[in-house]
Amino acid sequence: MHVLDLDYMLGLLPILLSYLPLTLEMAAAGMVAALILACLLAVVRVQRMPGLNALAMLFISFFRGTPLLVQLFLFYYGLPQVLTFLVAINGITATILGLTLHFSAYMAESIRAAIVGVDRSQTEAALSIGMTQGQLMRRIVLPQATRVATPTLMNYFIDMIKATSLAFTLGVTELMGATQKEAASSFLYFEAFLMVAIIYWIVVEILSWLQRRMEKRLNRAYQR
Amino acid sequence: MIALNGITKRFGAHTVFDNIDLELEQGEIIVIIGPSGTGKSTLLRCINYLEAPDAGRLTVGDLSLDARHATRREILALRRRTAFVFQNYALFANKTALDNICEGMIVVDGLPKAQAHARGREILERIGLADKADAYPASLSGGQQQRVGIGRAMAAKAEVILFDEPTSALDPEWVDEVLALMKQLALERQTMIVVSHEMQFAREVADRVVFMDDGRIIEQGPPDELFTNPQDERTQRFLRKVLAHNPA
Repeated sequence: MHVLDLDYMLGLLPILLSYLPLTLEMAAAGMVAALILACLLAVVRVQRMPGLNALAMLFISFFRGTPLLVQLFLFYYGLPQVLTFLVAINGITATILGLTLHFSAYMAESIRAAIVGVDRSQTEAALSIGMTQGQLMRRIVLPQATRVATPTLMNYFIDMIKATSLAFTLGVTELMGATQKEAASSFLYFEAFLMVAIIYWIVVEILSWLQRRMEKRLNRAYQR
Repeated sequence: MIALNGITKRFGAHTVFDNIDLELEQGEIIVIIGPSGTGKSTLLRCINYLEAPDAGRLTVGDLSLDARHATRREILALRRRTAFVFQNYALFANKTALDNICEGMIVVDGLPKAQAHARGREILERIGLADKADAYPASLSGGQQQRVGIGRAMAAKAEVILFDEPTSALDPEWVDEVLALMKQLALERQTMIVVSHEMQFAREVADRVVFMDDGRIIEQGPPDELFTNPQDERTQRFLRKVLAHNPA
């Protein structure tokens, strides 16, 4: 049994940290795209748009019903065999695409629930003073739905950051991929993976702290 | 003038009311009374199209529309000529008292913010909540919330304010302040249609009391006549029952 090699871990820290930006960039890009797609899906579901609603339900069912890793392999290794123009897709793009589709399915459902959860009588009140559907959505429903959905959406963002580690299975050298390479050359697997675990953990803790602050701000109007 | 002609509402196979006629002069105050479930609230909600009537004609001021074939633009125009006070207040939870009152002036009437806020503060003064401008609904009592609800309706400068059981959801301690505000509006000759179980209020304030039962207007008249000398047997029975608990 060997003792923990702290010097090795400390030396590894700056190397691994240099890959953190790529990890965060993939998560951020995935989050922005997933939010947009999720809002569209949620609106389709709330308005029960004919035809589109069934499609949205199928989409959500598929991307919630299959593992993210399977979806990533499908996009990166599988689809280019069928759709040959996808041959040029690189691992980073495939990861962002996979994260977007996968998480948008979950986020669409929480956004939908948040919109539906806004007290129906406020909708009537807005209509009764002559607001249009658009004004009602923009000024009354969405601000309140945002408050309800934000904690859940932040959780999905945290999940997404952790899920970027799957990109290494598509040959992307991000935080996890870099750790894997370092460990393979030093044979200090425990130190390397412990180090990367700590990095993920600290990033997530920082985000959780931000999440709590945001919730406090958003809840201001609702304190008794 | 406000006029309902032949207004009919069905929910599926169930007819809530059929062929209702009702007319009000400007400045007139009517209170609609009657047993629960007789379509009083639904009738009120038809007047500003929160419920779509199945037939009939609605006239509010210079706007007259075929209720069954109303266009979106007509519905918006109708809602701008009417204002609604809800049983459960229905304040915008994400907006302060002042913003609740100003929302329609800014978004619907397109008033500049400063002007809307000035009018909003006047209204807060009139409803006795000048010190609550920045309070959110969750921090207000039921009575205060309903007064803001009435303030929001006053801000609309509507031809008629429709009150749907405005005191029914209130704790007894808050009822008086809301009724007092409604009386004040009545003294200013604001045209109002009030659905209410407050017989005392109906007696003191209404120009005309309308008794509805089973989707029909059974009887109507000045409160003194209707309360002391009801003609129809159903009116007599209802008033006997209600006045036993709630003397007018």
